[in-house]
Amino acid sequence: AGLELLSDQGYRIDGRRAGELRKIQARMGVFAQADGSAYIEQGNTKALAVVYGPHEIRGSRSRALPDRALVNCQYSSATFSTGERKRRPHGDRKSCEMGLQLRQTFEAAILTQLHPRSQIDIYVQVLQADGGTYAACVNAATLAVMDAGIPMRDFVCACSAGFVDGTALADLSHVEEAAGGPQLALALLPASGQIALLEMDSRLHEDHLEQVLEAAAQAARGVHTLLDLVVRQHVQEASVSLGD
Amino acid sequence: MKETPLSNCERRFLLRAIEEKKRLDGRQTYDYRNIRISFGTDYGCCIVELGKTRVLGQVSCELVSPKLNRATEGILFFNLELSQMAAPAFEPGRQSDLLVKLNRLLERCLRNSKCIDTESLCVVAGEKVWQIRVDLHLLNHDGNIIDAASIAAIVALCHFRRPDVSVQGEEVTLYTPEERDPVPLSIHHMPICVSFAFFQQGTYLLVDPNEREERVMDGLLVIAMNKHREICTIQSSGGIMLLKDQVFRCSKIAGVKVAEITELIQKALENDQRVRKEGGKFGFAESIANQRITAFKMETAPIDTSNIEERAEEIIAEAEPPPEVVSQPVLWTPGTAQIGDGIENSWGDLEDSEKEEEEEEGGIDEAVILDDTKMDTGEVSDIGSQGAPIVLSDSEEEEMIILEPEKNPKKIRAQTSANQKAPSKGQGKRKKKKRTAN
Repeated sequence: AGLELLSDQGYRIDGRRAGELRKIQARMGVFAQADGSAYIEQGNTKALAVVYGPHEIRGSRSRALPDRALVNCQYSSATFSTGERKRRPHGDRKSCEMGLQLRQTFEAAILTQLHPRSQIDIYVQVLQADGGTYAACVNAATLAVMDAGIPMRDFVCACSAGFVDGTALADLSHVEEAAGGPQLALALLPASGQIALLEMDSRLHEDHLEQVLEAAAQAARGVHTLLDLVVRQHVQEASVSLGD
Repeated sequence: MKETPLSNCERRFLLRAIEEKKRLDGRQTYDYRNIRISFGTDYGCCIVELGKTRVLGQVSCELVSPKLNRATEGILFFNLELSQMAAPAFEPGRQSDLLVKLNRLLERCLRNSKCIDTESLCVVAGEKVWQIRVDLHLLNHDGNIIDAASIAAIVALCHFRRPDVSVQGEEVTLYTPEERDPVPLSIHHMPICVSFAFFQQGTYLLVDPNEREERVMDGLLVIAMNKHREICTIQSSGGIMLLKDQVFRCSKIAGVKVAEITELIQKALENDQRVRKEGGKFGFAESIANQRITAFKMETAPIDTSNIEERAEEIIAEAEPPPEVVSQPVLWTPGTAQIGDGIENSWGDLEDSEKEEEEEEGGIDEAVILDDTKMDTGEVSDIGSQGAPIVLSDSEEEEMIILEPEKNPKKIRAQTSANQKAPSKGQGKRKKKKRTAN
C-alpha cells in the first residue's frame, strides 16, 4: 500500500502516462513446423503462440461439431515465468480457466462455421509474466491464427486496465496488478467495437466502470494499429521472398 | 450419462417465447425466482434454494501453517461440487470445464474482492493461521448455479463461527464452544453474483436463466456486486459479442438485484439469530418443509387477468350467433331429458342411478341405502336446526357414501352412527374439510 502507483505529475512507476501502452514487439512465423506461430513482447511480458489446423479431429470423433470447427486452446506458463518458481506449467485451476477464456475468445472471432467437423488447436506459452498475461496471449494467438491463414471476423486485440486514484490506467504491469486494485481484461474486435471477452476482478464502483472500460478499449485499439503493422510487414516480407 | 439434447422444436419454442418476452414460469425479464435460505443446526451450514436449484453450503476451519509469501494471512478455500444427484449429466470426480469455470468465478468473486478480512485469521505470524474452507454442493440443478452458489457461500460465511484462540508467549490455546463463545468471521462486504443470459446474438436478455433457458442461450454475463454498488467480478462467457451499452445496462440491473438479495440474506441471518437466542427450534428439519404429494396441492402459476373481460367480449362478438331453433324436449327416462339434436346424453345412466337411490327405487344394497337415507334425514334435520346455507356439504357426504357402498358397508354404518351421535360436531368438521379442499 506504500507504493505510489501514480505520481502527482501523472506518471506511473515505470514512467508511463496513465493511458500509455508498454512497448510492443511482435513477430509472425517463428516456427517452421506449425501452421501458424507468433511471438509477442509487451514490455517484459513475453508470450509464444502456436496454431495447428484446421485438421481432422484428434482423439474421440464424438467431439466433432457438425456445423463448425472445434477450437482447442491450451495455456501454459513456463515454470520460470513468475517471480516464484511454478511447480507445474499447466493443469492448475488458473491455467485451465485461462485456456477456457482463450477458447471462448477465439470461438467468437474465428469463422468456425467455414470448417465443420474439424479442429483448430491453439497453444500459448507464457515465457515471462509481468502483468497482462491474458492480453499478451490473445494478441500472440491472433497473430498466430492469421499466420495459419484461418479466416477471422477481425483482429482480436486484448488489453488490461486498472483504476488508481480516480484515473484509469491502461496495460497494467505486474507491480500495478499486485497492488490489489481493480483490474479489467478486455478482448475487443476493433472494427465493430464488439467485446469478445470481458472480465474484471476486485472492487470497482459501478460509476467508474465506464471510464475503465473506455481506457481498456482505447488501449486495445492502440494494440490493433501495432498488430496491423506487424501483419502487413510480415506479408510484405513473405511476398518479397517469394519473388513476387 | 450424456445430457439429453434438446429437440429442435423445443428449442424453437423456447426461443420464440423469449422473443415474445414470455418465460415459461411466468416471470418477467428481470425477475428472479424465489430465493429461500435455511440454516442447519451447526454454524456455517445453510441451504439456498433458487427456484428449484438447491445448493448446500458448509464452512469448516482448521489451523494450518500459512503460505510462504503471505505469512500473516489466513487461507480461504472454495470448492464447488457438481454431483450426479443434481443432474445426470454431471460426471463424478472429474474437473469439467463448467466446474473449473464456476470454481474460479467463486474464488474471484469472494477471495479477490477481499470480502473477508484474512489478516484477522492469523494466529501466530508465519506459523499458525486459520484455513477457512467453504464446501458447496449442488443438490439440484435447475439453472443458474453460480448465483445460488455465491449466495450460499456468502451466507454460510456470515453464519459461520470459528473457535476462539488465545496466544500466551509460545503457547496457543484453542477453546471449545463450552469454554468460550465461538467468534464470527469479520466480513467487509457481501458480493453476490447476478447472471444475465443473452439470446439471439445479444438481442434479448434475461436475468436468472433456468435450466431450459440456459440450454438455448448464446452467452452469459456474470456480474458480482455488493450492496454499495461496487463491482467485484465481471465475467462474460459463451461466444457472444457484447456491446459496451449492454454491459452498463446489466451492471445497473445487477445493482438493484443485489440490493434486494442482500436484504433478504440479512433478514434470514437475523431471523436465525433470534430463534437461536430464544431457544426455539432451528435446523433444516424445522425450516425446510416436507414436500408431500397431495391431490389438492397445485403449483401456483400467475395468470394475467388484466384484460380478460375485453378479450372475452371480443371472442363473443366474433363468434357466430347461436341458431334460433327451439327444439322439443325429449324425456328418455324419468329424470333425464334432452333438448336439441345429437346423440343420447351419456350422463343419463349415472344420473339415473343416483336418482333411483334417492328415490329408494333401485335395489342395489338395501342396507346401505337405508343408512344413506337415515343419514340423509339426520342431516336434513340437522341443517334445519342450524340454518340454511350448508346444503352443499350434504351432497358431499352423499358422494362419499356412493363411492364405497359395496366394499365395506359396516364401516359406513359406523361412520353414520357416529355422525348421528354428535351431529353438530361432525358437521363443523366436514365444513372445514370442504374449505381446505377448495
